[in-house]
Amino acid sequence: MSNQSAISLDKVNSSKKRVLKSKRDLGKVTIMLKGFIFPIVILVIWELTGAWGLISPTLLPRPSAILTTFIDLVLTGNLIEHFKISLWRALGGFILGGTLGLLVGVAVGFKKNIEQTVDPTIQMLRTVPTLAVIPLFILWFGFGEVSKILLIAKGAFFPLYVNTFLGIRSVDSKLFDVAKVLEFNRWQLITRLILPSALPNILLGLRLSIGVAWLALVAAELMGSSEGIGYLIMDARQFSQTSIVFVGIIIFAVFGKVSDSIVKVFEKRLLKWQDNFKG
Amino acid sequence: MTLLEINQLNKTFVKGRDVTHVLNNIDLHVKNGEFITIIGPSGCGKSTLLKAMAGLDIEYSGEIKLDGERVTGASIRQGVIFQEPRLFPWLTVERNIAASLPLTNSEVKQNVDKLIKLVRLEGFEKAYPKELSGGMAQRVSIARALLRKPKILLLDEPFGALDAFTRSHMQDALLDIWKEEKTSMVFVTHDIDEAIYLGNKVIIMSARPGTIQNIINIDLPFPRKKSTKSFQEFRQLVLREFEKVEELELIDSAGI
Repeated sequence: MSNQSAISLDKVNSSKKRVLKSKRDLGKVTIMLKGFIFPIVILVIWELTGAWGLISPTLLPRPSAILTTFIDLVLTGNLIEHFKISLWRALGGFILGGTLGLLVGVAVGFKKNIEQTVDPTIQMLRTVPTLAVIPLFILWFGFGEVSKILLIAKGAFFPLYVNTFLGIRSVDSKLFDVAKVLEFNRWQLITRLILPSALPNILLGLRLSIGVAWLALVAAELMGSSEGIGYLIMDARQFSQTSIVFVGIIIFAVFGKVSDSIVKVFEKRLLKWQDNFKG
Repeated sequence: MTLLEINQLNKTFVKGRDVTHVLNNIDLHVKNGEFITIIGPSGCGKSTLLKAMAGLDIEYSGEIKLDGERVTGASIRQGVIFQEPRLFPWLTVERNIAASLPLTNSEVKQNVDKLIKLVRLEGFEKAYPKELSGGMAQRVSIARALLRKPKILLLDEPFGALDAFTRSHMQDALLDIWKEEKTSMVFVTHDIDEAIYLGNKVIIMSARPGTIQNIINIDLPFPRKKSTKSFQEFRQLVLREFEKVEELELIDSAGI
């Protein structure tokens, strides 16, 4: 008798678990759907007001018109060419500026001496707005690729620099004692203690740098170019092709988000040891 | 045979115009394979003394010799266990134990596995420190020190932050390790029972300036039982020493 009740209890428990699991899955889907409600409502209203002729298509083309423009641009091969150029510029500038930011950040973080000589100057340069140096870059390097890539590099440099420096300086000094007791050499001290411990900050710097690289890209392409998504937007504006402007903006938005998500995936894998409040 | 030798050790802290005499004429000899516990009220300099032995603090007068050689800095010859486990949070248990040594080396890997067994952490090799309890984390740090085959293990109130059950369990684990590895131990604590339970010798220190007040040999066989009459007699003896020092605050705080 008691045996039987035990078995039935077991069954109840397992079915309860199953119900809970499917409930949880359902919950996840609901949360995802919640995020879509608002944009979909907006899109529908937008489309309808356009279709009823309430808003001029030169000001706000309908979502369906933007989609057709997008497909047209892809089919002619134009869009992909422009996108490639933009991506190349952003990547080149980001790699140049980001690498420099990381290296200088590491050097300044390690040596008080270097910090005292270099950091004040860098902090001063950091506050100079990117837009303000555009005329100078054009004078020095012309309208070519060099000035664009350097502009993006200037933007990408600072977030990585500041955060790498901060990360290195926030290593737990108690772990330095451990490193001494375990006889870490200088190289091991850097690769096994300081860099791993600075990694959360470095990755944050990376994300911010990528964001700034996209921003700087637009500024660079708007300042004058004959290719790239930024050019596409400027060109379309002159001919009042508003839907192309929208396509360009949406591409920036989507790829900004995609690049950010890629770093976030890295963050999740590399920082799974972290024990922080997860909300 | 003497393994660790401390001769006429004096230390002062200078802060502005204030000069505090922290350690006063400390003489201490630790024999090979001996288990020494150091007990004293807070502020008596017992942790400072341990830091000096570890080579983490070398600003003192007098000398400390390990195996006949002067201690000039921290090294793997003196393993140190801190009050907190101080593990690298980004490394798994086995990687924490190996730390600077490559786990790809089969000899290192073998020794790490052996130590994981010794500290009873089988099945947790791939766990991160955040997944461990306080006692488990402290056992990882003990294994990390033992992997380097230290001549002496210096422990600075290693179980101070643990609850009573875990603490008494860890004391037995440490005694097992001591029996197995025969590593000499210097164990700093503020818990009288712990000091008597573990040590061959209990060093009683008094404060301001930190001085060795008395050394009591505990000639009870292991494993010891805290409830036995002989254990309680030693406890009385140590307590009397404390009354001589007139450091009643400690006795109060120990809940006696």
